[in-house]
Amino acid sequence: MQVDIKSLSIKPLRNTFDQVARFTGNDKSASRYLEATIGVQPEINFHYQPLWSKNRSIYDKDNTVIVMNDWYRLLDPRQYYYGAWTITRSKQQDAAERNFSFVEKRNMLTTLPADLREKIINVFVPIRHMEYAANLNNTYMSAYGYGVSITQAASMCAMDRLGIAQYITRIGLMLDGNSGDALKTSKAAWQNNPAWQPMRQLTENMLTTKDWFELFVAQNLVLDGLMYPLMYQSFSDLTSASGQTSFVMMTEFMSEWYEEHVRWVDSVIKVAAAESESNNVQIGKWLQKWRTEILQVLQPLAQEALGGAAQVSLDAAVAQLSARTTKSGVN
Amino acid sequence: MEQAKKMNMKEKYNTMTGDLAWDFSYKTEAEIFPLSDFEGIKIEDWSKWQDPFRLTMDAYWKYQGEKERKLYAVIDAFGQNNAHLGVTDARYINALKIFLTAVTPLEYGAHRGFAMTGRAFPGVGAQVASQMQSIDELRHAQTQLHTISQYNKYFDGLHDPFHMFDRTWYLSVPKSYFEDALSAGPFEFITAISFSFEYVLTNLLFMPFMSGAAYNGDMATVNFGFSAQSDESRHMTLGLEVIKFMLEQHPDNLPIIQRWIDKYFWRGYRLLGIVGMMMDYMLPKRVMSWKEGWEMYFEQNGKMLFDDLARYGITMPKFWEQSVEEKEHLTHQLWLTFYSYGHAAAFHTWIPDDSELDWLSEKYPVTFDKYYRPRLVYLREQEKAGKRFYNPSLPQLCQTCQIPMVYTDPKNPTKRVYRETTYKGDKFHFCSDACKEIFEHEPEKMSQAWLPPHQIFQGNCGGATIPDVLKYYHFTENDGGEFLHSRDNANWNMWKGLTPDEEAA
Repeated sequence: MQVDIKSLSIKPLRNTFDQVARFTGNDKSASRYLEATIGVQPEINFHYQPLWSKNRSIYDKDNTVIVMNDWYRLLDPRQYYYGAWTITRSKQQDAAERNFSFVEKRNMLTTLPADLREKIINVFVPIRHMEYAANLNNTYMSAYGYGVSITQAASMCAMDRLGIAQYITRIGLMLDGNSGDALKTSKAAWQNNPAWQPMRQLTENMLTTKDWFELFVAQNLVLDGLMYPLMYQSFSDLTSASGQTSFVMMTEFMSEWYEEHVRWVDSVIKVAAAESESNNVQIGKWLQKWRTEILQVLQPLAQEALGGAAQVSLDAAVAQLSARTTKSGVN
Repeated sequence: MEQAKKMNMKEKYNTMTGDLAWDFSYKTEAEIFPLSDFEGIKIEDWSKWQDPFRLTMDAYWKYQGEKERKLYAVIDAFGQNNAHLGVTDARYINALKIFLTAVTPLEYGAHRGFAMTGRAFPGVGAQVASQMQSIDELRHAQTQLHTISQYNKYFDGLHDPFHMFDRTWYLSVPKSYFEDALSAGPFEFITAISFSFEYVLTNLLFMPFMSGAAYNGDMATVNFGFSAQSDESRHMTLGLEVIKFMLEQHPDNLPIIQRWIDKYFWRGYRLLGIVGMMMDYMLPKRVMSWKEGWEMYFEQNGKMLFDDLARYGITMPKFWEQSVEEKEHLTHQLWLTFYSYGHAAAFHTWIPDDSELDWLSEKYPVTFDKYYRPRLVYLREQEKAGKRFYNPSLPQLCQTCQIPMVYTDPKNPTKRVYRETTYKGDKFHFCSDACKEIFEHEPEKMSQAWLPPHQIFQGNCGGATIPDVLKYYHFTENDGGEFLHSRDNANWNMWKGLTPDEEAA
């Protein structure tokens, strides 16, 4: 038997907001992502010249040399608006929580060989400082970028990086039973160890980069594109090869996050590079510049982390990055 | 092995935030945080920043994810059940029109402003607090859009909120208010928005809209309000922490902060006049009058707050007495203004019915019957006679708050307040001594204001006639004017007469 529920059927006057209809070219019902994103940022008729800039508006396309006819085209393939993003992350943090308590309950870190433990403290845990810089860099893109499509994704990325810095901090705390000694050692390495100094210098340089799109290329495409494979693939493999699964478990959030991050970053690069020859050339120049510098500063770190496997791992990371940028159409 | 001493919660939280930073040596702090000292605020020790919540990102995601799941379940159900038909009457939707076009863009502005402070402050604690508020504000803008999306499908005036926000004459009031803060430095921004707005005035924005929604059967907006409440209380706490932190850091900060408090209190109060008008005139079921709201949330609670801050040397915002003197007049004068310019607004206006006029008489015993009721009754008669009054001219705006120069002197309620000053050979006009003083303190900045009537006369708003300008605003013929003659009203009456399964045209 069929049950009919009586309901009112009222024809709507319109199916979505005008700014969304202009963007998609029709008045069809739009996704939550598009309604939350398209056209939300003010664009014209600003009242006051910012006291913090002599020649820029509060929202200004000229904050980068990249030119887009419509900045909203830099859509996020994950379709993250706040709700979709935070619900996804809340599930992932649930999984991460289970992993952390699994490692803790079984005292898995006490069986860690001393040399591996030292390596994690000196070469992996200092990355929390780099993630903090990545947080500031993405916050910068979110503050001075143009169009909600990219600025909201940068804002979420910034919070993701803070979360990752905090997960790494937790690993550091677990390594010494919450005394904070491992974090002190690791921070001292970041601050003074010769292998870290070129990277710290590069990180401080990035924090003074003014063009937000260049910063996007430097941080999210190149630095992440080389560092994440090196640590969460090569170094991670090395730890599991010695029979230790704790590191892999405690960094699962980061590995999963990175796969998703790559989708967003590649899509932005692809659309921006396809917009014009000059964008493509500019992105290519930045790519070249930052890849050269970052590869150089990664050498001593790869050496410390991976020893004999350093060069192979770096080559593999470079190959991954090249494959991605080729696929994104960067010349 | 010797058991190491475990850290307490506070130390542990510091490893998750403050300890992530390091001593720069390849670049200077001034190169990395170049916006941190041009306003004259002196911070001696950023590590003294106390985060009241100690919220790490994993906990943030957990709580917020849970709230979002619940919120969207209600929004989904709302859409499926034609729940927009459950509101008291279609006049109520006009409150949502004001909310979506005037408030939602401010949530977005707050998102960007806190991203700026989240990058500008040199201390990690202040960065993280700013960044969390930034992403919360994005949440508010987006959940408001998703909530009101359903109404947009069935009612006019909601269809192009951001285009309108950038252009429309009365929306330059909230736009210029927020841009004043956004175009300032990070310390002024956070004082303006976290303290003066979130802490001192937010109850007068949030309570009227959300309680108004609850009283008028708008379950979607109430649901949003409840969901945002815990974010708001975090933001309010931050507002107070920020002020205390700055005041404790250096005595030289006091006069700077006091001036910002004075300025944004007054500008915020002027902005809230529109909310007051909504409370007194637009809600079919009233929550409380503007006057009662101002007495409760500012005169009582605000006074207590400033008493508490007295030990830092902070005093009540300058000109607060003026706001109290005006409370019997403000909303009536504003509603009459919007009524007169109703053809150039994206919401409807009307004359309250007799029971509503009686309510106003009761709430405003000193002024309403004497000054305002007769005018409203006269306008109603005119409308009935087919002579609905519209003012065909363009209003003169106050250079600072950008509200039309309609407010009168409370000591002489039939005389309008006109103040003026001269700057670089140009004459500037003001609705009040407070607005004039704000200008005179920063004439270079305040003289730049994009005043809509001036822009219209200069030919920057689509043309020289009202229809040209309305086209520039993207207003349709259904968006403004008299409620009684509106498509909203006609549709509402038709829908309410429908029975299930009847198809509406």
